[in-house]
Amino acid sequence: MSTSITLTVNGTDYSVTIEPSRNLVSVLRTEIGLTGTKEGCDDCECGACMVLIDGQPVNSCSYLAVQAADRAIMTVEGVMEGDELHPLQQALLDEGGVQCGFCTPGMIMSATALLSRNASPTEEQVRIGLSGNLCRCTGYVKILAAVQRAAAEATP
Amino acid sequence: MNFTIATTLDEALTALAAGARPVAGGSDLVVGARQGKSPLPESVVAIDRIESLTHLDASTGGLGIGALVTHAQLESDTTVVDAYTALADASALVGSPSTRNVGTLGGNVMNASPAMDTGAPLLVFGAEVELQSSTGSRRVAVADLWTGPGRTSARGDELCTAIHLPARPVGSGSAYVRLEYRRAMEIAVVGAAASITLAADGAVVALSVALTAVAPTIIVVGGTDALVGRQVDDSLLADVATLASNQAVPISDLRASDRYRRHCVGVMARRAVDAAVRRARGESIAVPVNRSLGIGAAS
Repeated sequence: MSTSITLTVNGTDYSVTIEPSRNLVSVLRTEIGLTGTKEGCDDCECGACMVLIDGQPVNSCSYLAVQAADRAIMTVEGVMEGDELHPLQQALLDEGGVQCGFCTPGMIMSATALLSRNASPTEEQVRIGLSGNLCRCTGYVKILAAVQRAAAEATP
Repeated sequence: MNFTIATTLDEALTALAAGARPVAGGSDLVVGARQGKSPLPESVVAIDRIESLTHLDASTGGLGIGALVTHAQLESDTTVVDAYTALADASALVGSPSTRNVGTLGGNVMNASPAMDTGAPLLVFGAEVELQSSTGSRRVAVADLWTGPGRTSARGDELCTAIHLPARPVGSGSAYVRLEYRRAMEIAVVGAAASITLAADGAVVALSVALTAVAPTIIVVGGTDALVGRQVDDSLLADVATLASNQAVPISDLRASDRYRRHCVGVMARRAVDAAVRRARGESIAVPVNRSLGIGAAS
């Protein structure tokens, strides 16, 4: 039995009619057309599907889309400010923190959540903040450096 | 699937009485369905917007933990970290930051995994679970709640609304440690929690140890009463390890053999008691013990 809900993604309301058993990542990608959020393991292991719900990181593969109704969802498409890359995106480019790129949207969302509650994290805190995100290119050192660079540049 | 959102406890209990199953964060329910372990129920009621279940209450002597309190709250709450430290240790190890944001203690308890990290701490603290239905409520000790992997003694129309922890005696300390291969999104290979109370002269007044992932449920180690009155030394820690290993009845799977689990759970029990003792003596060991003492996976 389908149900109609409103999902607020990056500040825009989308009305969708879906089966209640659908997970959030599939609705974001196929109903709304925001394909920045990736489906990796589909098993809550890899973090490629990370989005923010009311500011908190959530694995969208393991979250029913209907549970996100009327909450503020943020995907990687929402982090840019106009045509300007988010400082985290720029730092990932500058540090060489992007290889195949598949994990990058999830990394950015986890890092965004981390920096919003802790503007100057230690290396250990960055590692914990990104601990639910796997990079199969194993480019962790440069990703770590990028998050620390973005934090340092944002902190006067 | 029929899906409704409850915003009050009464709405949720009415839905459960009509046959719906509850979902809070969804991290067990949705993953389980997608792995094919158990299909999504025909009727689901979301309880994550019931505000009254999201609080910690330390006003009654012990600690009342609303069923929707998340692992992220538990790992940082001052009362939990100071008085029920093993629960903070365990909560800080669950999943990743995202899992800890959506995962709730009530969901964790009612999912009844024999590998759940928060289970052993709840057992050593003597926790009780409050179960409510549209016809009444009751309290059940967690030791009587878990009946097997994924099974509890709760009825289908009962909702776990809170977990109650008794007050802590003076001179107490606790800790939870686990063996792990990865630092995040990990399931305990084996784990152990310990709660200890020491007299002014250092003798053991009370000691409780519980084990993770070595039996169909989390289990309490029997025989620790016989250690009361002794000083904590290497001989006592060795006795704890022997008791734990002897009572473990683990399985072999791709993560570890039964022999390896049986041996290592003794090591974990010994380390849990050692950390609990150090905390009882006033030493500050940051949560989680696994990271502070370098137990488990390397960074």
